[in-house]
Amino acid sequence: MSAVIESHDHEHHHGPAEGLTRWLYTTNHKDIGTLYLWFSFAMFLIGGAMAMVIRAELFQPGMQIVEPEFYNQMLTLHGLIMVFGAVMPAFVGLANWLIPMMVGAPDMALPRMNNLSFWILPFAFFILLSSLFMEGGAPNFGWTFYAPLSTTYAPPSVTFFIFSVHILGASSIMGAINVVVTIMNMRAPGMTLMKMPLFVWSWLITAYLLIAVMPVLAGAVTMMLMDIHFGTSFFNAAGGGDPVLFQHIFWFFGHPEVYIMILPAFGITSHIIETFSRKQLFGHTSMVWAMTSIAILSFVVWAHHMFTVGLPLAAELFFMWATMLIAVPTGVKVFNWVTTMFRGSITYETPMLFAIAFVVLFTIGGFSGLMLAITPADFQYHDTYFVVAHFHYVLVPGAIFSIMAAVYYWIPKWTGNMYDERLGRLHFWLSFIGVNVTFFPQHWIGLAGMPRRVPDYALQFADWNMVSSVGAFLFGASQILFLFIVIKTVMGGKKATPEVWEGSRGLEWTVDSPAPYHTFTTPPKVT
Amino acid sequence: MNEGGKRTIKLLCFAVVGMFTFSFALVPLYDVFCEITGLNGKVELSATTNQNLETEEGRDLAIQFVSHNNEQMPWIFRPSEDSIKIQTGKFHTATFYVKNTTDRTMTAQAIPSVAPSNAAIHLKKLECFCFEQQELAPGEEALLPVKLIFDDELPESIKSVVLSYTIFDITDYNDIKLTEHDNEHDHHDGHDMESTL
Repeated sequence: MSAVIESHDHEHHHGPAEGLTRWLYTTNHKDIGTLYLWFSFAMFLIGGAMAMVIRAELFQPGMQIVEPEFYNQMLTLHGLIMVFGAVMPAFVGLANWLIPMMVGAPDMALPRMNNLSFWILPFAFFILLSSLFMEGGAPNFGWTFYAPLSTTYAPPSVTFFIFSVHILGASSIMGAINVVVTIMNMRAPGMTLMKMPLFVWSWLITAYLLIAVMPVLAGAVTMMLMDIHFGTSFFNAAGGGDPVLFQHIFWFFGHPEVYIMILPAFGITSHIIETFSRKQLFGHTSMVWAMTSIAILSFVVWAHHMFTVGLPLAAELFFMWATMLIAVPTGVKVFNWVTTMFRGSITYETPMLFAIAFVVLFTIGGFSGLMLAITPADFQYHDTYFVVAHFHYVLVPGAIFSIMAAVYYWIPKWTGNMYDERLGRLHFWLSFIGVNVTFFPQHWIGLAGMPRRVPDYALQFADWNMVSSVGAFLFGASQILFLFIVIKTVMGGKKATPEVWEGSRGLEWTVDSPAPYHTFTTPPKVT
Repeated sequence: MNEGGKRTIKLLCFAVVGMFTFSFALVPLYDVFCEITGLNGKVELSATTNQNLETEEGRDLAIQFVSHNNEQMPWIFRPSEDSIKIQTGKFHTATFYVKNTTDRTMTAQAIPSVAPSNAAIHLKKLECFCFEQQELAPGEEALLPVKLIFDDELPESIKSVVLSYTIFDITDYNDIKLTEHDNEHDHHDGHDMESTL
């Protein structure tokens, strides 16, 4: 999209309503995007505090700070909150803010449903977190809630967990439907599918994944509910059920879910690398096809999470090869990013630093994923800290770094103010060092045999666990700086120009900074 | 909202309902898949109706019997013989000894599993205690029979098969109110019996 004819009708322009009800009743995509982003930030800090409890307990071998039961609850809630409370709502918030502006639409297609899908989220997490204060404590079976841990042996609060997951699922599904309808029906004239910016493409694919697998998650927890309260035996061997079936259903949801958490990050990274390399992105079309094939492949690799349950050889081979096949489209994407940077006039503002770190560290996480895909090797790595290191590398410097990059990149557009570049870079370097010090040693203690999900461990793992905890405290503390930077930017700062970045591309940079409450009430023309 | 938008919404809602239904359809699909392929070591929980399983020329096969008590199941449950040598294509009867060690009437269900899993589809049973539930009075004991045959199609590479049964306490399965109290009780009893044996 290049030449854009702007036509703002300032006579009919009106601002947001006043007071608290503005946020309660709002149907404006920018307001709802802001709500989502702040909510996910709050969840990120709560889930992060739980991670701090976990790392504090693992600072030294032996039980020091918390009881093992409470440790398990922290572990479970940390996972659930980070996945469903921090990463997913942050991406939905970005989608709300950016997709209508990027495709030249006045708002999301279903604004009232948009309001509903946000406002049920706080209730879901209130229910989930309130289980901490219930008799028997919060869910303690890990974020994967394998039966029978989550059925026969679950604390009574599991019912609240199930209800909360139902609400989360409903929220995600509504959000996804909204995204698809907006993208398919509300693009500005001239914006063909292949002209769509990559963030929009990545969200279109993500939304289809959400629509396909969130109902399966709802089905899984409904079966749990029936096993617990209505005497069925979906996952109970005594009644003819099968606990392994739970794992199949869960990972049929769970594997596309991990791509739901990374595909929008691919879109964000593509935009940022393009802007700060001052070159057109290399391979726009191949990026779209790579994301599409990753999404399709994500449905046929779920059993690589279950290599050790006793799969037949043929299945182990199939899931091993299918998993390795995903490295091909992912490799295409990494190649395109690197090629975009090649001979570009690169400057290293904070968003670019996060984006480059994303490419490097996500690739490391991808490689450890390939190691885990090797079935015989997985028999050794399964349920060790190596797995913890792997998925934290793809989720923290992967998904989370991309969200931070997106915040730094688009916050001038949202607030009209530039963030403090010096503090932004400081935040980046503290986070970068913190994340690597935390998670890189976990590869080694995992290969040496330390199991995951343990509150105590053998003495030989002591040194690297201490290093890992120190890194985690650094990473955790530096997010307070992030909060400070965001608040400081919202309060004021150097005024941003409409295009914000030299050579920025896309419709969102053609409107004022901050973006007016209503944009593109008359669609722009894209040529 | 234009017509195209409405159609998209309808299609997507249909997809959501469809995928929710599909998650439940996975349950029977999984069972059918396991039954057809014999994956997962699942054995049919009904008597075979095939009358022509017996053949003249069989080959030697070792069967090891393994018994497990599911957690909190206090009964004594063990195979009469740990392993037997059989011929494929011939019926054999094995027995498991079971005793209710508690002071109340209990119901149990045994669930079989076969390793290696690709032997499972070649195992046919004419009768098995796992086809029904066992109800035993306090202190009652029994010998539970299983009449089984491995057909000749069993892959050559398989020289021995492990047949395992796990016994589950299903007395209170549908009675949630009793569960907590009784489990404590059972545990106590089971412990006592173990020490006297």
